[in-house]
Amino acid sequence: MLDVVNLRHTYGEGPNAHQALGGIDLKVAEGELVCVVGPSGCGKSTLLRSIAGLIQPTEGQIRIRDTTVAETPGDLAVVFQDYSRSLFPWMSVGDNVALPLRQRGQDRAARRQAAAEALEAVGLPSAAGKYPWELSGGMQQRVAIARALAYRPSLLLMDEPFGSVDAQTREDLEDLVLSVRRHHRMTILLITHDIDESVYVGDRVVVLTKSPARVAGELAVDLPSPRDQIATRQLPAFVRLRAEVGRLVRDKQQHSEA
Amino acid sequence: MTVTTVTDLHDGAGPSPASANGTVRHGLGSVIRRVWLVPIVIIAWELGTRQAESPFFPPPSRILVHMHELWFSGPASALYLTEEASANFLPSIGRLFSGWALACILGIVLGIALGRSRTLFDYVNPIFEFARAIPPPALIPLFIIIFKIGTPMQLATIVYTVIWPILINTIDGARYLDSLHSETAQVFRLSRAQRFFRIILPAAAPKIFAGMRVSLSMAVILMVVSELVGALNGIGYLIQAKQQTLDLAGMWGGMVLLGLLGYVLNGTFLFVERHVLSWHRQARQTN
Repeated sequence: MLDVVNLRHTYGEGPNAHQALGGIDLKVAEGELVCVVGPSGCGKSTLLRSIAGLIQPTEGQIRIRDTTVAETPGDLAVVFQDYSRSLFPWMSVGDNVALPLRQRGQDRAARRQAAAEALEAVGLPSAAGKYPWELSGGMQQRVAIARALAYRPSLLLMDEPFGSVDAQTREDLEDLVLSVRRHHRMTILLITHDIDESVYVGDRVVVLTKSPARVAGELAVDLPSPRDQIATRQLPAFVRLRAEVGRLVRDKQQHSEA
Repeated sequence: MTVTTVTDLHDGAGPSPASANGTVRHGLGSVIRRVWLVPIVIIAWELGTRQAESPFFPPPSRILVHMHELWFSGPASALYLTEEASANFLPSIGRLFSGWALACILGIVLGIALGRSRTLFDYVNPIFEFARAIPPPALIPLFIIIFKIGTPMQLATIVYTVIWPILINTIDGARYLDSLHSETAQVFRLSRAQRFFRIILPAAAPKIFAGMRVSLSMAVILMVVSELVGALNGIGYLIQAKQQTLDLAGMWGGMVLLGLLGYVLNGTFLFVERHVLSWHRQARQTN
């Protein structure tokens, strides 16, 4: 599905150049949910923005279903961390969700219908007429997820999607992503700096080193599904995986600091 | 002002009866606080001018009566406007609005193009800075030669002057589009038209409206200036004609009329702006 080969990216030139990605290889299979974890500022977002076609990487290749990504692919959606800036405050929630669907060639009624269904799926069935700023942070992020859902992408990228909400909301949204993925069957690449979250949500966790980022290691998450915020996190397997991911993140950090 | 009423709406359950009461009292109090000086000034004006008995400074009551005789005592079929009124007010207002509207369209379209294209801006900016530095009344002689005396020359004068605040504000608003807004537009592959009408234009709207408001009051000034210099009708022309025929109450009437016109225009504009940009005001209050 997604194939990232030897991806390198350097910001700027000369003595001020900053190498964010130092050669990343990553494969995501159809229908898989992969979490990318790494220390803050390690280049996780650069990776995501390259895949989304928002920046042109200096070197390397990104292929989605064997097509090389040159600009933003048509069946890809992104949920950004900063929902308050990603949603448009001058449009109602329903219009925000329906806006990208015009490109899908759907007429007005179909767009409205699709928006209503997506909002229903994220648990906001009566929010279409409201404005984003009338909703809480967690609800706004649900709207952003609904917008991505209605767009029916085959690949969904999420950039620290729960980084700006409180702990309770965060757990709700993690479960929402899991349920959305069960019902809509899409491939998801989720970027986070939260080790627990990566193990709880992911089928596989890919750990990045400090910048310039490389893949430090990866772990398959073989926890039973559906997952449960309390029961899953109590499982010995969860605790073991969390420790392993944590060790990978920490080791690599110390190595590169030394 | 009415800020308290807006926040009340977003408490969730809606305003409680107590706060609604408070709002009413607050509203009435603020109205009184805003207007109490007006009658005092008018009375002082009346007393002062009666005392002075100068032919150049007629008392406001006489101005009003005279305005009524001159302009507002026409037949009901003409909305009570006299012939002199409709022959002069309507052309003025027509020029004002068409000049302003033309400036708005040109300013917004050009402004967004320049705000979104750094290269274009770098090319054109020095020329604009030079053109903008020329005081518009200085161009009237040129416009008279090009367009002759009449409406086209007056329109040119108005458009040339009032386009700048709109243009500069639009450039500013379009240039500092939130990076995440444009990235979202890119990710969801919005069309050019969608980006223009649904993203860039609304995002720049608060700045554009600020420019349009300044322009509107400038348009009134330039309408009068252009009519004083070269016109055969219009409110500015009328004021000058009254002065030359020594109908000083009529001259004062024209000035009062312009004051009222500006006041009403600004009030109407603010009302529309508040409606169109309600998302902006409320989003800023909640974030």
